[in-house]
Amino acid sequence: MSAPVTLSAHDLTRRHGAHLVAVSGVSLELRRGEVLGLLGHNGAGKSTILQMLTGALPPDEGTVAICDFDLAEEPERAKACIGFLPEHPPLYRDMRVDDYLLFAARLHKIAPDKLADALALAKQRCGLQDCSKKIIGTLSKGYQQRVGIAQAIIHNPAVVVLDEPTVGLDPAQIRDIRTLIRELGDNSSVILSTHLLNEVENLCDRVIILQHGRLIFSGSSTEMLANGNMEEAFLQITEQSSPGGTQWHNDSP
Amino acid sequence: MIYTIAKKEFRSLFAAPSTWWMLALLQFLFAWFYFARMDDYLQVQAQLAQLDNAPGATIAVAAPLCGALALMLMMLIPLFTMRLIAEERRNQTWVLLLTAPVSAAHIVLGKFLGLLALLAIIIAGCAAMLATLLLGTHADIGLMLANLGGVLLLAASYAALGLYLSALNKQPIIAAASALGLSFGLWLLEMSASDNRSFLRALSPNAHFQNLNMGLVNSADLIYFALFIATLLWLTIRQLNDERRHGL
Repeated sequence: MSAPVTLSAHDLTRRHGAHLVAVSGVSLELRRGEVLGLLGHNGAGKSTILQMLTGALPPDEGTVAICDFDLAEEPERAKACIGFLPEHPPLYRDMRVDDYLLFAARLHKIAPDKLADALALAKQRCGLQDCSKKIIGTLSKGYQQRVGIAQAIIHNPAVVVLDEPTVGLDPAQIRDIRTLIRELGDNSSVILSTHLLNEVENLCDRVIILQHGRLIFSGSSTEMLANGNMEEAFLQITEQSSPGGTQWHNDSP
Repeated sequence: MIYTIAKKEFRSLFAAPSTWWMLALLQFLFAWFYFARMDDYLQVQAQLAQLDNAPGATIAVAAPLCGALALMLMMLIPLFTMRLIAEERRNQTWVLLLTAPVSAAHIVLGKFLGLLALLAIIIAGCAAMLATLLLGTHADIGLMLANLGGVLLLAASYAALGLYLSALNKQPIIAAASALGLSFGLWLLEMSASDNRSFLRALSPNAHFQNLNMGLVNSADLIYFALFIATLLWLTIRQLNDERRHGL
C-alpha cells in the first residue's frame, strides 16, 4: 500500500436541478498500479462520477486531485495525467484512425518527436495496426470502442478512466480488452465501471458499489468474494442498502 | 495547441461533402452575379464614356459583387459555425476537448482560426474570379483590395458571432438559426438607418463594411471590426469557462 496516490476525490456531489441528487458525498482514493471497479445498478451515478473525476462535468461540491494537482485549480496539469473513455467514445466519425489518434496525442501535449512512437504503441496495444487509414465511421462498433480506448491511453496517463469499456464487444474482443486493462494496471491506475461482475472479479483489486448516488460498499474484491460468489455478494450488498429490495420489485403492483 | 485545433477544424470542415457543396453553390451564384453585373455595365458603358470622371469597371462591377458576397457569406457562415461547438456537443465529441489539458481560450481561438482559413479560401476563390477583370481593363487594385479585406473582416465578425452562439447552444440548428437571425438583424440595422450618423447604424458590421466597399479604409472601421471580433471571442471563452465551472 506504499504506492503513491494518483487520484483522490472528496465528498463529490452533483445535483440535477434543485432536488434530484445524482451523486452525493462520494470520496475515493486510487494508488498507482491499482485497478478499481465501479459497480452499481443503472442510474446509480457511475457515469456521473467518472465524468466528475475527469473534468467533463464540474461537481457541485467536493474536490478532485489527480497526481496532486487539483482539478479545479490547475485543470491543465491535472488533465494531462488522465485518459478517459466515456460511455459514448468521443470519435470524429469522418476522420481517419491515425489522424484522430494523432490529434488526441497532440491535444495531450506529446512532443512532436515522440508522436510516431506513441501512435504505434497505442495501436499495437489496442490491435488497430490494420486500421490506420480507415475512416472511423466505417469501423464496426468493437473497433470504434478500441479507437476510443487507444485515444485514452495514447499519452500514457497515470490514471485511466474507462466507462463500460467492453460493452457491445464480442467475446474475443472482450478478452483482448481485459488483457489490455490488466497491462495498464501494471503502470497506471485504472478505474472502470461495468455491469459485468466477472470482469470485476478478474480485473479489479478493489471494488466500490454505488446506489442512488451514494457509496454503499468499498473494499477489495477478495472481501466481496468472501460472501460467496460475486453476483450474490453484489445483490446482497445492494439489497441491504435499499430496504425492501431493489426498486422495481416494490413498484410493480 | 491553437494550431493543432485550427488544423483539425480546417481539415474536418474541408473533408465534409456539405462544405464542398456550399462552396460550389457560392461560386456558381457569385459567377452569376458577376455576369449579370458585367452585362449591365457593358450596356451603359457607351453612355458612361461620355461623362467626365466616369466610374470604372472596378466600382461598377467589383464593388457591388463584394457587397453581394458579403451577404451570401452572412447566410453561409452560421452553417459552418454551428458545427464548431454545438454539433460537437450533440455528437458527444466535445468531451474529448473538455477532458484534454487545453484551455478554453485555445479551443476558441483554434476553432475560430480554422474556420477563418476556410473562409479565406472561399474569398480567394471569388478574388480570383474578380482578377479576370484585369484581363480586359485597368482595374483599381486599391479599391479591389479594400473590398476583399472588408469582406474578410466582415466574414470574421460573423464567424465570431456564430461561434459564440454555437457555444451557447447544444442544438446545432438552434445555433445556426440564432446566428443567422442576429446577423440578419445587424444587416437590417444598417439597411433601415434613416441617417448615416445614427448610433444604431454604427453598431452594424455592415455599416463599417460600406466604407471599405467604397474604397475608404478608415481606422475607425478597422478598430470597430477588431473590437467586435475580440469581444465575441472573449464572450465565447467566458461561456466555456463558466460551463467548465458550473456545467451547461
